[in-house]
Amino acid sequence: MEMINLTIDHKPVVVRKGATVLEAASGIGIDIPTLCYMKLEDMNIENKPGGCRVCVVEVKGRRNLAPACCTEASEGMEISTHSIRVVNARRTVVELILSDHPADCLICAKSGNCDLQDMANHLGIRKIHYQGEHSMYREDTSPAIIREINKCIMCRRCETMCNDVQTIGVLSAVNRGFQAVVSPAFEMNLDHSVCTYCGQCVAVCPTGALTEVDETGAVIRALSDPTKTVIVQTAPAVRAALGEEFGMTAGTLVTGKMVAALRRLGFDYVFDTDFAADLTILEEGTELLNRLSAFMAGDQQVKLPILTSCCPAWVKFFEHHFPELKDIPSTARSPQQMFGSIAKTYFADKIKVKRENLVVVSIMPCLAKKYESSRPEFSVNGNPDVDYALTTRELAHLINLGNIDFKSLQNEDFDAPMGESTGAGVIFGTTGGVIEAAVRTAYEIFTGKQLPRLDFEELRGMEGLRKATIDFNGTPINIGIAHGLGNARKLLEEIQAGTSEFHAIEIMSCPGGCIGGGGQPYHHGDSEILKKRQRAIYSEDQNKSIRKSHENPYITKLYEEFLGAPLSEKSHHLLHTKYFDRS
Amino acid sequence: MTISYQLKRADFIFKNQNDWEEVLSKSISRTPQELINELISSELKGRGGAGFPTGLKWKLTAEISDSTKYVICNADEGEPGTFKDREILSMVPFKVLTGMAVCGYVIGAKEGYIYLRGEYFFLLPELNKIIREFEYYCKEIKFDFTIRIFMGSGAYICGEETALFESMEGKRGEPRNKPPYPSNYGYMGKPTVINNVETLAHTYTIFKYGAKRFYDLGVQYSRGSKLFSVSGDTPKPGIYELELGMSLADFVEEFGDGDTKAVQVGGASGFLVPRKRFNETAIGFQGKLVGISLPTGGSMMLFNSSRSMFNVLDNYLEFFREESCGQCTPCRVGCQQLLKGIKAVKRGEKNTKYLDKLLRLTETMKLTAKCGLGQSVANSFSSIVENFREEMIY
Repeated sequence: MEMINLTIDHKPVVVRKGATVLEAASGIGIDIPTLCYMKLEDMNIENKPGGCRVCVVEVKGRRNLAPACCTEASEGMEISTHSIRVVNARRTVVELILSDHPADCLICAKSGNCDLQDMANHLGIRKIHYQGEHSMYREDTSPAIIREINKCIMCRRCETMCNDVQTIGVLSAVNRGFQAVVSPAFEMNLDHSVCTYCGQCVAVCPTGALTEVDETGAVIRALSDPTKTVIVQTAPAVRAALGEEFGMTAGTLVTGKMVAALRRLGFDYVFDTDFAADLTILEEGTELLNRLSAFMAGDQQVKLPILTSCCPAWVKFFEHHFPELKDIPSTARSPQQMFGSIAKTYFADKIKVKRENLVVVSIMPCLAKKYESSRPEFSVNGNPDVDYALTTRELAHLINLGNIDFKSLQNEDFDAPMGESTGAGVIFGTTGGVIEAAVRTAYEIFTGKQLPRLDFEELRGMEGLRKATIDFNGTPINIGIAHGLGNARKLLEEIQAGTSEFHAIEIMSCPGGCIGGGGQPYHHGDSEILKKRQRAIYSEDQNKSIRKSHENPYITKLYEEFLGAPLSEKSHHLLHTKYFDRS
Repeated sequence: MTISYQLKRADFIFKNQNDWEEVLSKSISRTPQELINELISSELKGRGGAGFPTGLKWKLTAEISDSTKYVICNADEGEPGTFKDREILSMVPFKVLTGMAVCGYVIGAKEGYIYLRGEYFFLLPELNKIIREFEYYCKEIKFDFTIRIFMGSGAYICGEETALFESMEGKRGEPRNKPPYPSNYGYMGKPTVINNVETLAHTYTIFKYGAKRFYDLGVQYSRGSKLFSVSGDTPKPGIYELELGMSLADFVEEFGDGDTKAVQVGGASGFLVPRKRFNETAIGFQGKLVGISLPTGGSMMLFNSSRSMFNVLDNYLEFFREESCGQCTPCRVGCQQLLKGIKAVKRGEKNTKYLDKLLRLTETMKLTAKCGLGQSVANSFSSIVENFREEMIY
């Protein structure tokens, strides 16, 4: 590897050729402040438009200042990162951004988590010397995402996520000059666009320009209504990240504390979406086996590969972009919706509460879940199966609001019957998890034998596209895994072209799967956090006494008492769905 | 200091282009190295305004080994007060095409593009016809070179070379970070020479008559002749080919209406020169020769005493506020702040010291803006505010 010698703030540095000044500086512990720059190392995601001009540094011999994030280090460079000239320019640039910002930090959803606020603090800006005008744009509200464009600083991170990573192409810069802003085409509203509500734009937005639709108020009203029975379900990825909101290190599992906190908040029953994940595996796994058996019996009409369907952003993605493939994904509803539908039938009957008086709240790492719960096919007579879907961040707000000392809570257990889950349900929270859970069950049903091992390392990891072949007692099953919709698109194009070698494919919209969801605590560009959350998920799986969905006793009971068998008529009615052409 | 150079007219650009076939075939019978040396010794500098040595540009691109390279003619003539490229393309288009083809030969490119300003759509049918004729001849002499026209859509910023590439690639016209420069990473990420229309027309002169003929015109550091688009308060607006290096005083003597208060050299992104500095200002590229040398893409706007310099600046800032691409903070917000700022001072809402703050702001914009647009706003702003401060206030 060719190496480059340069000096930064009089310190000699040696870096590989091609490294930026920013990378060179951070290598020797010099922090150059950045705002628009973002890099998720393990996922190959980088945003460096050189737009904000906060990271400018002085390069000896250069007329103007150079942006450190996108200036390549070259031999003999002499760089000052914090000279008076640099600091003055940097402060002026941030002042300019602030001069076109509403600065309503007191009531901003992003306050305390805002990169712009941090930057202003870091540079000690106490006065804005320039007072021109504020750009005014109308607010855009969709079922999941709110765009408060007055707060947009044109960092273009959302654009990178939407276009390069997810290949959706909804968000891009429109207009020129002072009117330039990131928006859907023709400044349309998000809900008129092909947005999947994956929420990756929200996950990376440095300011309050993109935030989730906040439903905490509605949940508080439901909790305070004595006529309502309010139950809650928590998605697997939430427990691996919620602790971060309370200053705990990333990757701390807080399942028991989370349950305790939800009880303190006044939820009548605290359940687990993992239970519904186990249910999903039985439905989806059976579907997979049926299709496989038909295929092996020579049926040429059977649709293979089968695609998972638990990610609502992914569902909306193929409805928009690959409507001709809408028969291929499993018809199984997502765990959230399975839970809602079982809760408002089976469980409501059990506790003798009328459907209208049962409020189902879900805690999700996701923004698309808000949209999913609002889809009309998931409601009965206008009463939705899931009433409110809160994000991990919203739950943290509620816990703070309830003055609950989260860190010192004693662990508590979920309620029965919909709180019991297996390790297979837990790993739904990470990329590769759903398919691993499905394999554990499908293998045993297909072969009639006990699995010799439960950890399928070949399905795990962080690469955007992975494949593995699992031996089903002599029958090789080819499995594909994609996370990030850009990667999913590649697999779908193979299916379209008829060249796909897979029998089953798992797709998750967000990089990393649900642990990297748009509703999770902000990772601020640190992909190490995602890896820690992933490890936490797998360790919860390890510690479970039951690790295969079909061995969940409450699931068995549910089928005995209520559903009959997987893919029964009742299952079809309550646990399956159909897809629409939205192209 | 007084400059003693007289205004000298030249007549190369618009002179007969009928021998283009001969110039082309003669040029491509020489070695690329010879042609590069010819250009370098002519000291031709880019006529779009920035003044980068053309020979060096070709040389750098020629030295990169890549099977695909491009030649692009920048005809996105958008600088306020410039209208010479339109004239070149309608009067002597073959010179431009020949320049492009020879450049293609020198650097090893087989494809050329003309990025034509959206407002010049009316030139398109005629140009296409001429290109067909040109390509036909290239085929005849077995010289592999094609030229396509790419229509711009009316954005000033797309005249900036890297924004132009982005626009051609079908993306939003926004300047890229430099380096890498086009010679390494241009259109479609390939080594690219991008030259102004007039620059290419001058290469024709140089290849036809040799470097010396060109070099003998002008002064040290600013060789050759240049087209000037003369407008404003002048009895004879139009396009004139003049030798570089003349003093602004001589220029005003020739083109002024006797009451010239100031001249804006280089369009909205250029400098305003007040009457008291006419004598010490030369038109040419920065050198060590004389007092102030001002480069220009050819725009010369004359203002007489009936003009309010506040209105002039207001007009420019309005233009920049609209035409900034909006991607970098200093330019997107800065231009708007400057515009609002001078209005506030004029209305008495801000005290006059605010002008100094704004001047400091333009300094920061010069240091931190991503491309030439944001960096050059400081030019007109500071030269107008410093020289006509009273007009900003009263």
